[in-house]
Amino acid sequence: MGTIQRFPHSAKAAATNPLKMSQPLGAALAFLGVDRCMPLFHGSQGCTAFGLVLLVRHFREAIPLQTTAMDQVSTILGGYENLEQAVRTIHERNAPALIGVATTGVTETKGEDMAGQYSLFRQRNPALAGLKLVFANTPDFSGGFEDGFSAAVTGIVEEVVQPSETTVKGQINVLAGCHLSPGDVEELRDIIESFGLSPIFLPDLSLSMSGRQPDDFTATSLGGVTVEQIASMGASELTLVVGEHMRVAAAALELKTDVRSVFFDRLTGLEASDRLVRTLSELSGRPVPAKLRRQRETLVDGMLDGHFFYSRKRIAVALEPDLLYAVTSFLADMGAEVIAAVSPTQTAVLEKLKAATVMVGDHSDVETLARDADLIVSNSHGRQGAARIGVPLHRMGLPMFDRLGAGLKVHVGYRGTRELLFEIGNLFLSREMDHDEHGHAHGHPHGDGHEHGQHCGSGSCGCSAG
Amino acid sequence: MLQEKLQDVFNEPGCSTNQAKSEKERKKGCSKALKPGAAAGGCAYDGAMIALQPIADAAHLVHGPIACLGNSWDNRGTKSSGSQLYRTGFTTDMSELDIIHGGEKKLYKAIKEIVQQYDPPAVFVYQTCVPAMIGDDIEAVCKFAAKKLGKPVIPVMAPGFVGSKNLGNKLAGETLLDHVIGTVEPEVTTPTDICIVGEYNLAGELWLVKPLLDEIGIRILSCISGDGRYNEVAQAHRARLTMVVCSQALVNVGRKMQERWGIPYFEGSFYGVSDMSDTLRTMARMLVERGADKAIIDRTEGVIAREESRVWRRLEPYKPRFDGKRVLLFTGGVKSWSMVTALEGAGLTIVGTSTKKSTKEDKERIKKMKGEEFHQWDDLKPRDIYKMLRDSEADIMMSGGRSQFIALKAKVPWLDLNQERHTPYAGYDGIVNLCEEIDKTLSNPIWRQVRLAAPWDMKPDAKPDARPVGA
Ligand code: SF4
Repeated sequence: MGTIQRFPHSAKAAATNPLKMSQPLGAALAFLGVDRCMPLFHGSQGCTAFGLVLLVRHFREAIPLQTTAMDQVSTILGGYENLEQAVRTIHERNAPALIGVATTGVTETKGEDMAGQYSLFRQRNPALAGLKLVFANTPDFSGGFEDGFSAAVTGIVEEVVQPSETTVKGQINVLAGCHLSPGDVEELRDIIESFGLSPIFLPDLSLSMSGRQPDDFTATSLGGVTVEQIASMGASELTLVVGEHMRVAAAALELKTDVRSVFFDRLTGLEASDRLVRTLSELSGRPVPAKLRRQRETLVDGMLDGHFFYSRKRIAVALEPDLLYAVTSFLADMGAEVIAAVSPTQTAVLEKLKAATVMVGDHSDVETLARDADLIVSNSHGRQGAARIGVPLHRMGLPMFDRLGAGLKVHVGYRGTRELLFEIGNLFLSREMDHDEHGHAHGHPHGDGHEHGQHCGSGSCGCSAG
Repeated sequence: MLQEKLQDVFNEPGCSTNQAKSEKERKKGCSKALKPGAAAGGCAYDGAMIALQPIADAAHLVHGPIACLGNSWDNRGTKSSGSQLYRTGFTTDMSELDIIHGGEKKLYKAIKEIVQQYDPPAVFVYQTCVPAMIGDDIEAVCKFAAKKLGKPVIPVMAPGFVGSKNLGNKLAGETLLDHVIGTVEPEVTTPTDICIVGEYNLAGELWLVKPLLDEIGIRILSCISGDGRYNEVAQAHRARLTMVVCSQALVNVGRKMQERWGIPYFEGSFYGVSDMSDTLRTMARMLVERGADKAIIDRTEGVIAREESRVWRRLEPYKPRFDGKRVLLFTGGVKSWSMVTALEGAGLTIVGTSTKKSTKEDKERIKKMKGEEFHQWDDLKPRDIYKMLRDSEADIMMSGGRSQFIALKAKVPWLDLNQERHTPYAGYDGIVNLCEEIDKTLSNPIWRQVRLAAPWDMKPDAKPDARPVGA
C-alpha cells in the first residue's frame, strides 16, 4: 500500500448525492432507544417530516417524532413559546416518560439559548417537575448524524443518570453508538448475558426498533431502555463504551457516577471480539461459555475459507465514521485493500483509518474513487453511483430502504463478524464464478462499466436495483 | 417579494377552497396554523421540490444546510423515460462558516460547478429556511449566474417555514410562471397540443394515460411536471388547452396560463373509470372548440367505449372475491372519489374515510353519494384507527405510507395510495392494477398465520382459527 492520501475536505462547493445526514436525525434515533420517549425537533415542520420518512423507510416501523412547528413569525421573534406549547401538548396527549428535544438549523441560526429556555420552562411549569426533558444542541449546519446521536446520549446521561452509593453486582452499562443496529445490540445483550451479567444499554434500539407487535397503539416509542434503568446506571460495575462518538457521553457518565469505563473502538473482527469476551470473562469471573467458543471456532474457519476471495480486493467504503472504522478495519484484517474510505463528516477517528485515500465527501466522490474497485460498501444511496460505474454494492449503515431487515443485520461479535464475512465473501465468490462462466479474464474485470453491467443479474450489485 | 407572492397565492380565485371563504378569512392564508407538538407533514420547500423535481433533465440544487436534502433525496417514485439527472441530489450543504459569512458565494460556485459538469438545460435553486433567515439573496445570485453561465438559473422561493407542502406546490407553480413558461418556442405546434399540470408520473402513471392520448391524436406538449423536460415546460404557453390534475395545488398555473396566453383550462382526474372518461371527453371537446378537427371526438368516444367495456370485463373476476370486503380509506381531497366508485363497482364496500384534507364541498358530495351512516372523520387519532381495525371494522386499509403501521401492527392488510408506491393506478389499466393489488393483499395466507397466538399463549378454549399452523 502506498502512502495514505488524506483530503480533509472535498473541494466542491456542491455536495452531490450526499452521504451526510443531519444532527437532529441522529439525536432522534438515540431518543428512540428510550422506552416511551417522544423525540421533538425544535424547528420548522419540514425537517421533522423528512427525518421521519427516512427512519420509517429504513426500519419499517412507526416512528414517533414531533415538531415545535416554527413558522415565519416565531422564527423571527424566538421559539420559546412554540417549544413550551409543544412540550405541554405532547405531555397532555401522550404522557411520555421522556421528551427529547433536538434543535435544528432554524433554531440554531437564530441562536436561541437552549439552556435558558430549559430553565425558563422548568420555572414556568412547576407542575411538570417530574417530566424528564432532555435538550440537545444539534444544528443542521455542523457535524452530522453521529454527532447528533452523541449529543442526545450525553444529554440523557446528564439529565437522567443518578449517582449511587451502592453497586449492583453483575450490572453493567453499555453506551451503544449509532453504528450498532438493533440486531447488533441484541447480539451484544446475548453475549453479555451469557456471562451472567445484566446489561443496561443506552440507547437500546433492540427493544424499540426491531419489530414489536404491540397490544395497543402508542404514540411514543415502544420499548427501549426505561428511564428508571437509565437512572440506575450509577450502580453498575462497569461501562462498556462502544464507538469513538460515545466518548463524550462516557466522560459525562463517569463524571456523574464514578463507574469505570472500558472503551471499544469496534466490535467487528476476531481480535475485537476477543477483547470483548475477555473483558466480560474477567469481570464476571466466569469461563467463556461453550456457545461463544463454538462461534469463535467457526469464525476462524470462515476466515480461512474466505480469505482467498478477500485478498488484495480493492474496496471503497463510505459510511458514518465509527461504522467506517469498524468495516475498513475488518476488511484490512481480511487482507483486502481499502482504496477509499469516505466519511460524511470530519472526526478524529478518520486519523486511524487504514485506507489508501481517506476523505470527507459524498456519494459522487465514491463514484470517482471507486471506478476500478471490486466492491463498494455503503448505504442504499450508493446504488445509483455503483450502477453507473458497474461496481457491486454491499449495503450497510443507514438508510437502507431497498432491503428488508435492515435494522436487524448483525456485524458484531464472532457471529456477526462471520455473517459479514460471508455476505461480502459471497459477493466476490459469485462474481468470480459469473466471470468464469462468461469467459471473463481476471485481473481487471471492471475496465468497462457497461460490459460488466450485463453480467450482474444476481441482484447483489447496484445494477439491478437502480 | 415573497410576502407578495404568498398573498397572491392565498388569494387564488381558481381555488375552490378560496371561493368558499370570506375576504377576511382568505387574507389569513391557506395554511392552517400548526400546533406545536401535534403537527405533521412536509414544509413549503418539500412541496416545491415535489412539484418541480420531476422535470428530469434539470439540475435541482438545494441551498441550505444538510437537513433539507440530506435526509430526503431520492425518496419519491416519480419516473423519467430519459434523463436521470433529477435523481442526483445537489446541495450547498451550508456549514457554520457559511452561516456567518453568508452563503451566496458558495451558492454561485455550486451552480457553476453543476453547469460545467452536467450541462443541464437549467438549474433550479431552492431556498430553504436557514439561508432565508440570514438573508441570502438567492434571486440575485441566480440572476447573476444565469447571465454569467448563459443558462436559465431559477430561484425557487419557498423556504420551509412559510408554510405547508401544499403551499410549496403553489409557489413552485408561481416560479414556473415567472421564470420558465413562455421562454422557449416550440418547433412545431399542432391543434391538439395540450399541457397537463399537476401530474408527477408517480410509478409511471402518465405512461398508462399517454398511449390513449396518442391513439386519439392528442399530443402532450408539456407535462408539468411528470416525466418533464425543461424545454417542454418552457413551451407550455403554446398549448391549446391545459388540464389541471384534480388537486388544488397547482390550479394557479392553469388559471394564469389562461390569463396570460388565453389558454382555457379544466380540472380533471386520471383516477377511476368515469373520471378518466370524463377527462378524455372534456379534452376532445375543448380542443375542438379551439379549432381542432372534429374527428377526435369520435375517436375519443371509440377509445372510451372500448376501454370502459374492457375495464369492467377485467374487473368482473374480482367481484366474487371482493364480496363483503370492507375498505377503510384515508386519503384527502377529491382525488379518490371516482376511484371509490370504481372500487365499489368491483364489489368492495367503502366503510369510511378521513376528510382532513377535503373541503366542505367534498364532504357534502361524499355525504350525498354515500348516505348519512358513512363515516367521515376529520381528525382520527392513530390509536382510534388501530382500535377500529383490531375490532375488524374493516378488512383492508388504504392510505399513505405514514400510517401503514397502524394497520400492519393491527395485523390488517394495508395498501399504499401515495407517493412511495410502485404500482401505477391512473387510467383504466390503473384501476385494474389497484384491484389486483387489493386482491393480492386480501388473499395472502399470512393473515391467518400472523393472527395466531403463540402456542404458549394459547388458551384451551381458543377459537378454532387460532390453531397453530398445520394443526
Ligand atoms: S422546514 Fe426549512 S430547514 Fe426544515 S426541511 Fe424544510 S426548508 Fe429545510
